[in-house]
Amino acid sequence: MFYREAGDFKTSYTEDNQTFPIKFDRYRYYAVLVFAFAVVPFVINDYWVNAVFLPFLIYAIAAIGLNILVGYCGQVSLGTGGFMAVGAYAVYKLMTSFPDVSMFIHVILAGVITAGVGVLFGLPSLRIKGFYLAVATLAAQFFLVWLFNRVPWFYNYSASGQISAPERTVLGVPITGAETAPWAAYLFCLVFVTVCAIIARNLTRGMAGRKWMAIRDMDIAAEIIGVNPLKAKLTAFAVSSFFVGISGALFFSVYLGAVEVGEVFGINKSFLVLFMVIIGGLGSIFGSFAGAAFLVLLPVLLKNTLVGGLGWPTDLAAHLEFIIVGALIIIFLIAEPHGLAQLWRVTKEKLRLWPFPH
Amino acid sequence: MPEQLIWGMEVFLNGLMAGVLYALVALGFVLIFKASGIFNYAQGVMALFAALTLVGIMEGQVPFSHLINAIFGTEVHHFGWHVPALLAILLTMVVMVAMAWIVNQLIFRHLVNQEPIILFMATIGLAYFLEGFGDMMWGSDIKKLDVGLPQGLNPFIDEVTYNIFGYGFFIDNLDVVATLVAAILVIVLVIFAQYSKQGRAMRAVADDHQAALSVGISLNFIWVMVWSLAGFVALVAGIMWGTKSGVQFSLSLIALKALPVLMLGGFTSIPGAIVGGLIIGVGEKVFEFAIGAPYLGGATEIWFAYVLALIFLVFRPQGLFGEKIIERV
Repeated sequence: MFYREAGDFKTSYTEDNQTFPIKFDRYRYYAVLVFAFAVVPFVINDYWVNAVFLPFLIYAIAAIGLNILVGYCGQVSLGTGGFMAVGAYAVYKLMTSFPDVSMFIHVILAGVITAGVGVLFGLPSLRIKGFYLAVATLAAQFFLVWLFNRVPWFYNYSASGQISAPERTVLGVPITGAETAPWAAYLFCLVFVTVCAIIARNLTRGMAGRKWMAIRDMDIAAEIIGVNPLKAKLTAFAVSSFFVGISGALFFSVYLGAVEVGEVFGINKSFLVLFMVIIGGLGSIFGSFAGAAFLVLLPVLLKNTLVGGLGWPTDLAAHLEFIIVGALIIIFLIAEPHGLAQLWRVTKEKLRLWPFPH
Repeated sequence: MPEQLIWGMEVFLNGLMAGVLYALVALGFVLIFKASGIFNYAQGVMALFAALTLVGIMEGQVPFSHLINAIFGTEVHHFGWHVPALLAILLTMVVMVAMAWIVNQLIFRHLVNQEPIILFMATIGLAYFLEGFGDMMWGSDIKKLDVGLPQGLNPFIDEVTYNIFGYGFFIDNLDVVATLVAAILVIVLVIFAQYSKQGRAMRAVADDHQAALSVGISLNFIWVMVWSLAGFVALVAGIMWGTKSGVQFSLSLIALKALPVLMLGGFTSIPGAIVGGLIIGVGEKVFEFAIGAPYLGGATEIWFAYVLALIFLVFRPQGLFGEKIIERV
């Protein structure tokens, strides 16, 4: 009816291969971008930024990163929390060592450092497969958190063992620290999310992504048709860790401001991001966004309805959240193993044919 | 004999005892993995859930009292009776069997023939669910569990070692009991798997689902049985750990410790789980004593097991006793 490709002619290969081949999709995508960049910053307030937008944007980056590793390359990782911690501590050390350099560069450098660490912990993936690898990545998780807890150099010998972000600016506008305006923090993260999503989308549909998917589907067969597993797996680890590192850096510097590593980047963070990827959809960039939005919004909604609306104690709401998240994971794995992204795909397919399905 | 060496021996012994407890949790994993190919991440939470239920039944707590109070504004907490430990353990076992049946009916029957990694993630979901469910049912405060197991210094070992070395080793009675229980449990399980009818059926299912079906073995029955067995092992582990350090959330983290144990021993081998548990238990205690505490700032126990397993796996990907991995296109 109002959503179809009839009359939408393509005259070149470039047009045929674009990310959103259907005109309606493309315009919707532009509309979302314009809305996010030009409308939202003017209307949001502190509560919305801190409760919804910042965690959503930052987790979306982490979910994209983990999705590249798990969804596209098939290497299950439970070390996301540890790699986020690497990003956070890297950006902290950079911020305090080079105060005059722009935050953009710091965050990107933190991503690069995390990518290096990720490659290091990705090396065993060449010998270890399946959930043996999943458990091996737990080594990264626990070792890294322990390291940041125990070596004082990482937290600049502060007495509390915490790290807290000093005020840094981009183009004269404070991005970190107590003086940050909500819209500035939001825009800063939004830029990173947009760029990361575009990079990830183009990587995954190009040669690198096809190699990853070949490795995921069957690594021996991939090796026989000429995919170098060493390169493919390590690039997946590097790119994934790069994104996860950026999200960790933003999580610490822009969102929280002060971090105690065991609490914030513990094993639960690893699972949270993994759940986002599963619920959102393995092997889908849109799914990463959907999963992040879902798992960020769910606790907020539960808290507002149960604690605010019905007057329940907070710990009860927290328990209920565990139950719901656990049940949802199982339901999704049984009913729709490809997650929200697949639901969205099915809906779109239905809409294209509606109201004449045959 | 130098003091350092004697202390080292004490640490070694304590590590052995801790290792037995790891092995106990790992055993539950191996059972389920062998029979259904499911890598059950929820094993630790099952132990926590079992311990919570046991305490709740013994103390006569009202299940979901927190929730009921919040919805209806009532003030119910306890029924006011105390159930003897043995009866409570039996009742908890009934709960665990019921749970095994529900888990099989609602979850894993629908996931037959899925990839192992999907099953693994489903068990993570189950772990989350059980954790929230257990807390909601029995409350999340730290509880004391006392089923009458002996605790404290073992005077016999203390005396014997004092006579030999001139220094009495501190070995907790509870660890000794746990070691004995674990040893008995392992022997019983091995005999069960090797010689009983159900045990043979279990191994047949582990070998080949379709072949087992074709000779008339009920897959559903075997799976429920295996999950119940795992529930039983979880209950035993829950009692031991719960008595040792209180029934609390961190109990579910021992499952994470059992993972490197499994990797070291191999996923499919019961003796592997035992040996792996002992290696990890001794390894992390001795490492902490010899290198961790003096040179690295302590608390190396958090990661030692994982790093050891990681390094080990690079050289032998199937673990110590695992079956050789053969891959075909």
